[in-house]
Amino acid sequence: MDDCADIYGAEKMTKGPEVFPGYSSSAMSEAVVPDALVSPAVGSMYGEKAGGPTVDFSYVGIDAILEQMRRKAMKQGFELNIMVVGQSGLGKSTLMNTLFKSKVSRKSVLATAQEKIPKTIEIKSISHDIEEKGVRMKLTVIDTPGFGDQINNENCWQPIMKFINDQYEAYLQEEININRKKRIPDSRVHCCIYFIPPTGHCLRPLDVEFMRRLSKVVNIVPVIAKADTLTLEERDFFKKKIREELRANGIDVYPQKEFDEDAEDRMINEKIREMIPFAVVGSDQEYQVNGRRLLGRKTKWGTIEVENIAHCEFAYLRDLLIRTHMQNIKDITSSIHYEMYRVRRLNENNTAVAHANGIPEHHLAAHEM
Amino acid sequence: MASSDVARHPDKGVRPLSLAGHVGFDSLPDQLVNKSICQGFCFNILCIGETGIGKSTLMDTLFNTNFENFESSHFEPQVKLRAQTYDLQESNVRLRLTVVNTVGFGDQMNKQESYQPVVDYIDRQFESYLQEELKIKRSLHNYHDSRVHACLYFISPSGHSLKSLDLVTMKKLDSKVNIIPVIAKADTISKSELHKFKIKIMSELVSNGVQIYQFPLDDETVAKVNTTMNGHLPFAVVGSTEEVSVGNKMVKARQYPWGVVQVENENHCDFVKLREMLICVNMEDLREQTHTRHYELYRRCKLEEMGFKDTDPECKPVSLQQTYEAKRQEFLVELQKREDEMRQMFVQRVKEKEAELKDAERELQGRFEQLKRLHADEKAALEEKKRMFEDDQSSFSKRRAAAQLLQAQSLTANGKKDKDRKK
Repeated sequence: MDDCADIYGAEKMTKGPEVFPGYSSSAMSEAVVPDALVSPAVGSMYGEKAGGPTVDFSYVGIDAILEQMRRKAMKQGFELNIMVVGQSGLGKSTLMNTLFKSKVSRKSVLATAQEKIPKTIEIKSISHDIEEKGVRMKLTVIDTPGFGDQINNENCWQPIMKFINDQYEAYLQEEININRKKRIPDSRVHCCIYFIPPTGHCLRPLDVEFMRRLSKVVNIVPVIAKADTLTLEERDFFKKKIREELRANGIDVYPQKEFDEDAEDRMINEKIREMIPFAVVGSDQEYQVNGRRLLGRKTKWGTIEVENIAHCEFAYLRDLLIRTHMQNIKDITSSIHYEMYRVRRLNENNTAVAHANGIPEHHLAAHEM
Repeated sequence: MASSDVARHPDKGVRPLSLAGHVGFDSLPDQLVNKSICQGFCFNILCIGETGIGKSTLMDTLFNTNFENFESSHFEPQVKLRAQTYDLQESNVRLRLTVVNTVGFGDQMNKQESYQPVVDYIDRQFESYLQEELKIKRSLHNYHDSRVHACLYFISPSGHSLKSLDLVTMKKLDSKVNIIPVIAKADTISKSELHKFKIKIMSELVSNGVQIYQFPLDDETVAKVNTTMNGHLPFAVVGSTEEVSVGNKMVKARQYPWGVVQVENENHCDFVKLREMLICVNMEDLREQTHTRHYELYRRCKLEEMGFKDTDPECKPVSLQQTYEAKRQEFLVELQKREDEMRQMFVQRVKEKEAELKDAERELQGRFEQLKRLHADEKAALEEKKRMFEDDQSSFSKRRAAAQLLQAQSLTANGKKDKDRKK
């Protein structure tokens, strides 16, 4: 049963057949005889049937490459690295479990009798192999216990930025190698979900600082945690306020406006941008509602259905992250954030590497974090 | 991007999990495919073969278009390559196809260097990709990949064995590109001869250690088909863009007085097999092999040549940085040195020119002086002569005056004498 919520009013239009004028590659040296070339001979590709005797040899088979790619992708498997950031008690682990419908969170793996708030921010990452309909994925969830929990939270983003940059560094080192692996293991953080506590008022300074710095190195998806404490009006007001503050501070969260590729993308992404941050509720327990078993939270005054879009926006978040934009998230990480890191790194010399990890601004001259 | 090879055996620390419901990431391959559709695909074929062997016709037949080629002459002084790029589209797949043909291959008297332009071309494409990859600000996903993905080597249908030119060329190319040998103009060989010919060719390739492209066998869906096809190599092909009516269909064929050779009839030639293998089944694998095997080999050799070395893991970051730094320093020093050299040379040249000019000036000056002296001398001489002349003139006039006086005196003296006598 496809419970994918249809956010996109307009269908994604498949591009119709177009004729592309050919050209000749001119970047050849003297050994090559350059040629001016035209290839408008595209019409014959469609197997048009002539009047009398049938013409059926026009199929070449180029579109079989799609199937080849799909096979190759299925064989290789996919990788996804998600980081969750937020104060303790906001439901990060539960949301991860709900998103991937299994016990992927750190708490489920490392069963600790007593959950103590760590003195400093720790970064814990756990990997899982999951499979669905033949598609294998290595999912890594990176948790950050201790974030925002201390009394003095200055510079709490530093360990996180250092971690993200370390992953970029590891990838860069492998890429620079002379003898490099066939597939470079991708441990770069693709997406960082930031949990905003449901105060209902506005963003706190910690939120603004963190998102401002991290939106430059990683895709940030802000969500309003425990959204069942807000009524619909409060929720709308809160979201509007957050969006304004994000805009006022120049924070570009995913999907970033500047990376929209064409009008179609922009249309789809605008709709998403009007809805962020998603107000989510997580749950990994099922209850009987109207004769069906659904994930939800049961309270005395009712049962909140997690996947019901009238109740909360979890379904939109799931669709964005997993069903429609996962590849896009990974692409932006590898072709934009990673490339920016690489440019910076290759332009620096050794002593400046330390500066790249979020050390406070008055220490830096040119690097803006 | 689909990068890490998720092993069948789980890594240490990676737990296999089962899902309690439908999550939805099974749409990932679709997302990947959609992105590729938007980006378009790229495929580059290199055709090597003698002039007139049917390379262009085969390309036309394979891709079902008219690539507007013209016949090359047989009198090229050396082998050249002609690359042409086309944008093709079939349903929603856009393909940027580059066909590179050799011009004048096998036409020269001395064919020793025939393979060199081809090898150079392939290396140049690798080089430009490497340059892009090493750039600081790079755009790999927008980069038009011009590396050669497949090389069709056209063997002439002698029916006996491979020519030595073929062996030498293929040996030079087998570590740089995926070679797919084809027997051209296969309608000149009979079926039994063809069978023997194929066996001879394959055994010659094996005994000379030439590694041609083997269709991949690791994917179960295509392993069976690929194994069969591997046994049919090299493919005996016939190309034709003309249509002949056979039965009630129009098919691509070559019409002879004794019959019609149908291109797409598997009994007549292996064209369909070639198209199937090259395009429908293994195009992606060809591209992947080019990138992961041939390009990596080139890159490794090139970087080692430039002096980069991998050291052991702990000091890798430092040594790499150092190597980069060292290289950059070296480069800057060399630049500086060259600049200084050039400056020195410039100064030197200026000095030389100055000296030359000075010499010339001096010479001119000398000559001027000389001329002046000459002139003065002549003038003096002339003056002298004039003076002498004037002297002469004055002495002459004096003498004349004296003579006249004398004459006058003598006249008066004579008159007086006469007077005296008369008295």
